[in-house]
Amino acid sequence: MSEKGSIIYLEGVVVDYDGFKALNQLNFIVNYNELRVVIGPNGAGKTTLLDVICGKTKPATGRVIFGKDLDLIGKREDEIAKLGIGRKFQAPSIYGNLTVWENLDLSLKRDSKGVFATLLSRSMAAERERIDRTLETIGLKDVPHRRAGALSHGQKQWLEIGMVILQDPALLLIDEPVAGMTDKETEQTGVLLQSLAEKHAVVVIEHDMEFVRQIARTVTVLHEGTVICEGPVEKVQADDRVREIYLGRQKVAHA
Amino acid sequence: MSADATDRHARNGAEGLTFWFVGLFLLVILPVLNVLPGEDSWLHVSDFTLNRFGKFLAFAILALGLDLIWGYTGILSLGHGVFFGLGAYCIGMHLMLTIGKESVYGSDLPDFMVWNQVKELPLFWKPFYSFFVAVFGAILVPTLCALLFGYLAFRSRIKGVYFAIITQAVALSAWLVFNRNETNLGGTNGLTDFKQILGFRLSEPGTQRVLYVITVLALGGAYFLCRWIIQSRTGKVLIAIRDSEQRVLFSGYSPSNYKLFVFVVSAGLAGLAGMLYVPQVGIITPAQIGVLPSLEMVIWVAVGGRGTLIGAIIGAVGVNFARSLLTNYFPELWPFFIGGLFILVVLVFPDGLVGLARRLTPESLRGLAQSGKPAPASEGAAR
Repeated sequence: MSEKGSIIYLEGVVVDYDGFKALNQLNFIVNYNELRVVIGPNGAGKTTLLDVICGKTKPATGRVIFGKDLDLIGKREDEIAKLGIGRKFQAPSIYGNLTVWENLDLSLKRDSKGVFATLLSRSMAAERERIDRTLETIGLKDVPHRRAGALSHGQKQWLEIGMVILQDPALLLIDEPVAGMTDKETEQTGVLLQSLAEKHAVVVIEHDMEFVRQIARTVTVLHEGTVICEGPVEKVQADDRVREIYLGRQKVAHA
Repeated sequence: MSADATDRHARNGAEGLTFWFVGLFLLVILPVLNVLPGEDSWLHVSDFTLNRFGKFLAFAILALGLDLIWGYTGILSLGHGVFFGLGAYCIGMHLMLTIGKESVYGSDLPDFMVWNQVKELPLFWKPFYSFFVAVFGAILVPTLCALLFGYLAFRSRIKGVYFAIITQAVALSAWLVFNRNETNLGGTNGLTDFKQILGFRLSEPGTQRVLYVITVLALGGAYFLCRWIIQSRTGKVLIAIRDSEQRVLFSGYSPSNYKLFVFVVSAGLAGLAGMLYVPQVGIITPAQIGVLPSLEMVIWVAVGGRGTLIGAIIGAVGVNFARSLLTNYFPELWPFFIGGLFILVVLVFPDGLVGLARRLTPESLRGLAQSGKPAPASEGAAR
């Protein structure tokens, strides 16, 4: 890839919930084709970070720049999605009453997603082919016409990842993809995310340290709304402050 | 093809077949039985019955629109009586003006204006001398009102129970406004005593028969319009909004535009229903457009089956048929009946009569025997 520089750049971002600073002067940079894992204790601001990037939460101050110089502040969620940022939520958010195929078909990137263009649109052969390929990637090629609500939890998570992939985003934001998955599913998800990182930049929030070790190249540790450590897994695990945060928490939890 | 898909196709096939069968019955058999057999033949359909069916079918048009927004998109509107009323009053005003000197007071002005000592026809009445203004207005006025209200509501991301409450407030205020004599729309007594439409006497059975046939055709058209929308990708987006609005938003669609679209379409259908209702029933009053009628409309759709077009039609016709039977014999029981019906639907058959019929298909009965649990109701049912 020839692009240089960052795909997403946050500087001095503050999110204030009635005095509680969910993000406090946060700086966060991800480069093109990077797979970044964000960890941190509960309430560290991980999900808020993704909310800010995809437009769900408006920061009080700070800059959010997508690509070279695209300012995301003040843009609506669907506009940001169209610019090329895909979001997978923690709890699977799929369309339970539509089939797997329909779920993917609606998510597919299209020139216009307006009411009337959508009303008159027809399926193109190229689109069907892309959906078929994605079905294969996410392991659902045997059940394209099953009602999505009838899928297992792991399959729903994959379906949502597939939906995000079909949006063709330059940046994927993925919130706890393996929560509630079996070990085998977790491993498969790890392989899937790593293959995605070959074409897209991916930001993953994760709790499961085993999984983090499997997929991570660079890890960012958040605590109380700011980055306290960033680097390869080994470096982060050796960091005193990170240990303090996690061990300190555990002490409290045991007390 | 998987079992799910085959099932779905069979279901669509069954719905299509039902539609053609019912269409043939309503459009051909009923009117023919009205005209041909002698009055004492057991096959004879009386003018009264035909007229009553015309009214039910007009309601069915409204129910289709309501189903589109509530059943498919998951937005509960408790104000559709207003859109119905706007359509009804548009055509009603035209019919008032065509009474002319035949009125009780023999004035060119409608009777209630003479009674209220209004000397000159208010300006907003004047365009309604034209039949075409009235007909287009009956659809355009509710559509534009829905556009304005929907734009403000959906842009502010008002949803769920808040949207329902606000639409109910709109229904209440519309009722208050239409009730006032100062509004010059006939006050509590509404618009009535119509004589003719386009020169045809409304009291003639022939005129009523034509109005009935037009209503059946309009219902057919409304059904195809709704089916076209539902089967398009836009229709899938509507269901998607019901299932996970957040996902729709983050897939690059603007849910508020889709909601606005479906709200406007359903308001237009409600206006069309009101327009067809008035010349057949012969009266429109504020009591038919307020909070309670709006609630009853929701119950029609719930009873028939949300999220199926045929269910909306069955519900509107079925509940109103039951109403006309019951109010003949026990008029005071009707509110209890409809309330009880609603509770029954919520508790026992959340997918309405259509859902009940589906659950009773042989396969699901077999499934029932095996699992000991009822066949799955649709996921949106709990909302």
